[in-house]
Amino acid sequence: MELFWYIVLMCMLTVYVILDGYDFGAGIVHLFFAKTEKDKKAITNAIGPFWDANEVWLIAAGGVLFFAFPTLYAASFSGFYLPLIMILWLLIFRAIGLELRGQIHNKIWETIWDKAFGIASLLLALFFGIALGNVVRGVNLGMVTDGVSAHEPHYFFLPLWNPTFSPKAEHLGIIDWFTILLGVIGVIALTIHGANWIIYKTNSELNTKLKSIIFKLNFALLALVVLSLFIWHIIEPQPFHNFIKTPWLWIFPIITFTGLFGLFKVRTFKKDGMGFLFSSLFLFGGITSTVASIFPKLLPSTNTTNPDLTIYNMAADAYGLSVGVNWFIIAVILVAVYFTIQYKVFKGKMDNVGYGEH
Amino acid sequence: MEDMLFYDRMQFAFTITFHYLFPQLTMGLSLMIVWFKWKFLRTQIENYNEAAKFWMKIFAINFAMGVVTGIPMEFQFGTNWAKFSELTGGIIGQTLAMEGMFSFFLESSFLGLFLFGEKLLGHKLHFITGFLVFLGSWASGYLIIATHSWMQHPVGYEILENGKFVLNNFSALFSNPWLLPSYLHNQLASIITAAFVVSAVGAFYLLNNKHSDFGKLFLKTGVIFGLVSSVLVAFPTGDLVAKNVVKHQPVTFAAMEGIFETEEGGSEIVLIGQPNILEKKLDNKIAVPNILSFLTYQEWDAEIKGLNEFDPNTYPTNIPGLYYAYHIMVGLGTIFIGLMFLAAIQLFRKKLFTTKWILWALLFMVPFPYIANTTGWYTAELGRQPWLVYNLLRTTEGISPTVSSGNTLFTLLGFIGLYLLLGLLFLILVGKIIYKGPQTIKH
Repeated sequence: MELFWYIVLMCMLTVYVILDGYDFGAGIVHLFFAKTEKDKKAITNAIGPFWDANEVWLIAAGGVLFFAFPTLYAASFSGFYLPLIMILWLLIFRAIGLELRGQIHNKIWETIWDKAFGIASLLLALFFGIALGNVVRGVNLGMVTDGVSAHEPHYFFLPLWNPTFSPKAEHLGIIDWFTILLGVIGVIALTIHGANWIIYKTNSELNTKLKSIIFKLNFALLALVVLSLFIWHIIEPQPFHNFIKTPWLWIFPIITFTGLFGLFKVRTFKKDGMGFLFSSLFLFGGITSTVASIFPKLLPSTNTTNPDLTIYNMAADAYGLSVGVNWFIIAVILVAVYFTIQYKVFKGKMDNVGYGEH
Repeated sequence: MEDMLFYDRMQFAFTITFHYLFPQLTMGLSLMIVWFKWKFLRTQIENYNEAAKFWMKIFAINFAMGVVTGIPMEFQFGTNWAKFSELTGGIIGQTLAMEGMFSFFLESSFLGLFLFGEKLLGHKLHFITGFLVFLGSWASGYLIIATHSWMQHPVGYEILENGKFVLNNFSALFSNPWLLPSYLHNQLASIITAAFVVSAVGAFYLLNNKHSDFGKLFLKTGVIFGLVSSVLVAFPTGDLVAKNVVKHQPVTFAAMEGIFETEEGGSEIVLIGQPNILEKKLDNKIAVPNILSFLTYQEWDAEIKGLNEFDPNTYPTNIPGLYYAYHIMVGLGTIFIGLMFLAAIQLFRKKLFTTKWILWALLFMVPFPYIANTTGWYTAELGRQPWLVYNLLRTTEGISPTVSSGNTLFTLLGFIGLYLLLGLLFLILVGKIIYKGPQTIKH
């Protein structure tokens, strides 16, 4: 049962990253590469009717986490208190930036909300990468100092950073050089992903330029991914432990690199959707490889006093989990129907939908 | 510890109060939009379609505000109330996860279609997407009230040795006797908010001599919806909610009504009064004898327990706050019925559109349904204090053990600043849309 909900949760998070990821990426492209009003319009049209429903995956995944692994929800949300509240504020800024920009036609008003949308998207991409870094690196559960826990075994609190910025320090912070590395990977990966979505959904004049940007960024992405794999052993003594034990898990890294290498051919794709397919593969593979490497841990402990948080010691009671399966299956079918309808109605290029003028 | 509890409670109270300003309008308004669209399909009168489109525009901004202020609510269970989440997540996580899966996806997927899809879909399908948005917003209310009801009147649970609540009966969550009356009461209250907003915009147009056709349409629809909902919110739904409180939380009921001593020969109903906690009595009281006993038990001399019959440790933490919240809600509810009744009589006599004082009154009333809804929530929530889960888990036991008060204060201030900005922007934008009026929307 725990395993079922773990898979459900990871699928929901992956879907969230792939869907809202292109919104974030579109925001970053908007911030750096949209020069004319036409470019900006193409970008907001590409995500207009979708971003709201995409964001629901985060809320729904949060709900499922709360229900299936309440102790993990409690521990991690209070432990990562400050960054989570800041993520909330950024989500609010990004959403109102998108919603309000088109409401008043005034240069200053539009510039303010353009920047709010772009900067919030950039920071969110960075923060989500950092969050993934924190999960891989683990935290000081129970807040153990000199072998004594200050709190119950699973409670902790992380400040935003500590002066050394080191992932191996005794008093960890959220931000250190390792988590920043993953944050940067997040930003680059989502920029590529968002650019691919824009190419897929519009006939923008930006498209040719975006293809060459994707091509260049892909080199950086490849280099950073290889670098992060190389320094992984600093964080985790046996990074490939699970992969050696269960060889079929190699499928996930293979998917990651298929996506990554596919992106190098972005300038020669016949169909505009191909780039998006490859960047989705990369994100899917990246997330699943990462969680597969720490499975069954959900949040590793950096001290030896308190055990890691795993899917088994954090789950809700069996009865609750098993009745949940019934409504969840119905709900997922409904959600699939909604998304099919939505993406069917708004299929093809979105240049003439006119988002922001409703 | 004291500080921490205070800031945590303030933050939750502030963010949820602000958040609920938006869904209470959207839940009621979605019903009225569906109504306008339906009338259009039946009569083919273009103004109904324009009315639906106009309110859709206001709905969209409200909805966006509701969504962005709603996400923090879910997060705060984990960030600020971690212990509560850990102990009860297996149960309330169930209803909250269902809310995400069943209602948010429905609302957000079809809102996009509703807003952008009129031309693509045709009127009939457009009506259906509107109806699905309405369904989603009402489902969301239902699952939130189900969660709320469990905290007020826990059912279908057992408590393990480690203090964790585990579910042992899923269907009990939805057959909770607390749920249905609270849900209907709440939904009718949202219809009141929407009806008053719609009538106020109508009154504004007529008083201003602008968009008069729409002014009349909005007034007529608003007054009819307003009269029906404000009567139903008091009786039977308000009455049923109160009976639940008497039955399951008698000490809360005594505090709400301001009954310090049990009275022989039946309880009076207090219209006005000020609770004096030190002397355990009501100051400056105006009351009507025996009515409360009748309303509660349908017997003029039925005994209603006063606070003196209960252990002071079980008293609600903020008796005056609870008392005032409740009396403001009831007082405003009575005024709503009266005003809507008068407006409906004038409508029936075909004089509503020229009766200036009623138009002014309707315009002036806009903030009050919001106040009544908010004080209604306060009544429920202050009534439950000092418990998070009534009689089982104290609020002091639910806060996050590792988050210090400074962090909570910092984020509280952040939320206040951000929400003030949001509120201001919201008013400017909605004001602009209302001022421009219907038929200015280009599609």
